[in-house]
Amino acid sequence: MWIKKVKQTALAATLCAMCAPVFAKTELTMFYPVAVGGALTKIVDGIVADFEAANPDIDVNAIYAGNYNDARVKALAALQSGEPAQLSVMFSIDVHELMDLDAIVPFDDIVSSQEEKDWLAGFYPALMENGIVDGKTYGVPFQRSTIVMYYNKDLFRAAGLDPEKPPTTWEELAEMGAALTKKNADGNVDQWGAMIPSTGYPYWMFGALTKQQGQTLMNGAGNETNFNHPKVIDALNFWKDLGSKYSVMPEGAIEWGTLRQNFLEQKTAIMWHSTGNLTTVKKNAEFDFGVAMLPAGSELGSPTGGGNFYVFKDASDAERAAVLKLVKFMTSPEQAARWSIETGYMGVSPAAYDTPELMEYVKTFPPAAVARDQLQHATAELSTHQAGRVRKILDDAIQSVLTGQSSAEDALNGAQKQAERILKRYK
Amino acid sequence: MANSLFPLTAYTIYSTMQSSKQIHAWLLLLPAMCLLVAFTHYPVVKTIARSFYGFGTRWESKPTLENYRYLLEDDVLMQVLYNSFLYAAITVPVSIVLAIAMALWVNGKLAGKGLLRTAYFTPTVLPMISVANIWLFFYSPEIGLLNKLLGLVGHGGINWLGDPSVALYSLMAMTIWKEAGFFMIFYLAALQTIDRNLYDAAAIENASSWTVFRRITFPLLMPTTLFVLVNALLNAFKLVDHLFILTKGGPNNASNLLLYYIFENAFSFFDTAYASALTVLLLVVLVVLALLQFGVIEKRVHYR
Repeated sequence: MWIKKVKQTALAATLCAMCAPVFAKTELTMFYPVAVGGALTKIVDGIVADFEAANPDIDVNAIYAGNYNDARVKALAALQSGEPAQLSVMFSIDVHELMDLDAIVPFDDIVSSQEEKDWLAGFYPALMENGIVDGKTYGVPFQRSTIVMYYNKDLFRAAGLDPEKPPTTWEELAEMGAALTKKNADGNVDQWGAMIPSTGYPYWMFGALTKQQGQTLMNGAGNETNFNHPKVIDALNFWKDLGSKYSVMPEGAIEWGTLRQNFLEQKTAIMWHSTGNLTTVKKNAEFDFGVAMLPAGSELGSPTGGGNFYVFKDASDAERAAVLKLVKFMTSPEQAARWSIETGYMGVSPAAYDTPELMEYVKTFPPAAVARDQLQHATAELSTHQAGRVRKILDDAIQSVLTGQSSAEDALNGAQKQAERILKRYK
Repeated sequence: MANSLFPLTAYTIYSTMQSSKQIHAWLLLLPAMCLLVAFTHYPVVKTIARSFYGFGTRWESKPTLENYRYLLEDDVLMQVLYNSFLYAAITVPVSIVLAIAMALWVNGKLAGKGLLRTAYFTPTVLPMISVANIWLFFYSPEIGLLNKLLGLVGHGGINWLGDPSVALYSLMAMTIWKEAGFFMIFYLAALQTIDRNLYDAAAIENASSWTVFRRITFPLLMPTTLFVLVNALLNAFKLVDHLFILTKGGPNNASNLLLYYIFENAFSFFDTAYASALTVLLLVVLVVLALLQFGVIEKRVHYR
């Protein structure tokens, strides 16, 4: 019985192997993450289905794999166990680690024709910063974002502020925040002026504050950090002051996962969050809201964020060609426009914003263009070798300061020392 | 001649039977063996090997104590160990006491008993991840249920998960809520096996209900208590699903537990070698705890 079954399976396998060349179908497996919640998986499935309809010779198995961390874990686990995976959307900042693990190949090795090369050169340069290492492109932008400032225009009006003039500087953020913070009869705060999330991705929010001080957190090679630079310390002090000095933000850590709900329930007048939330906020806000660039310290600034396409080394030549087709399709102006409209993530190329759909959408809903307009002030997201550990060191330092466990100077000096010890091997 | 041949034949038959029985037994054991070896024993051996021969994601040719040396230097680990023991020291006894109390309560004569039992058991049935997502909103400082309740009495609210001095206790509260109902089921089953005559005898003696509990119920529940204790302690170290949703070990490691820290090292930092050393540490902790439990407590347990 058992042996019979084995024989049957073997026979089936042989048959499959025999008929495969007849259909010449290329199968691709792709993992992708969703970091902001909402029905984003359906949108990806829709785009993939359209691609399959247009390319009957390619089968795409798109697997939703949790948040960025989970997606990387699953993709790498699949590779290690010999399961096929030819491409994945993973954190744009995973690039150094994926290279250290020898898991990915640059797109430069796959593109050949001039048209393909032009495609690779067609994205916003700021979105390529995290994807290019040593002059080669390892990550092609897909679900990309910057941090934007969502604000509640109704609450602005109620506080006697001009709803068309959100704060543009740190000072204004503190002043307007104070006007927007409302206490109840017991002296407890009912409505906060502003919230910047400090769990989940604290280093990302912090990247915005440091860029606004004109300072980056690391070098391009990913082997040096500037955690204890005086400007970086200033930035962290300002973040803490919003809670402890200006009292416009709750003290302690602010949860990334529930912040959007806080904003929708009008518990905070301003939130800093990924532009990837835009469409969900638009659908669920029962009040008039606006979106603006983050306020400036000595300059404007936000890190880019989000996920890039990566191609795995194990993919065969035929598979690589199919991967290129898929990635080109998903980043084409039309699809990028559709993706942007349905999620709030950025259209990844200027051409996407020239499509009639996105042009029309931006005209009727101007917040959709804020993330793009902010790109000229954007910087790369924190990305180093051993990125997970280095990120965690900075996250811990930020949280220890925001929760009042240590001073910004001590925490960041400590973080810098630990990061240096880890990174000295990569110089 | 014929006489001496007979026992020999019998012996041969007996030994053939024996060996075929042996083969039979081993065949029956084989499937479970394969699974155990593949998913338990082999990984254990490999983990131990990796903790000596690994560096980051690579294998070294010579054994090294580097990973274990780092255990001693790692400040985060010290905090994590402290958290883990505190977590176990509080969640285990509290959930056991609650479980006994609930079991006694729903074991009595009570209208709506079935409903109450179901209510107590519900948290156990729900998956940890979905439960954690619900509690995330309970704990949310501005929109959460708990702070709304506190607001009714004029309290300004607590940042349940964002305040490092509170976060770990918030996790404990949820764990106790989740675990106590599960343990209650075991106690409920045990209570129903206790001989009614003992209680009748106690009633004749006019014993107070506290004496009845202390002299009859509790001693006869001891085997269950040992079982529950072992499970609760293991779970305290093994169950970290809620950390992924609620705090991710933060803020600043205030709620980080050993198993979550192992996960972080293996999958966020790709330092599988150090994660292996941490796993060996966890293994040692669990073995020591199990030995203590069976060595010390089993002597006091009263099996019938």
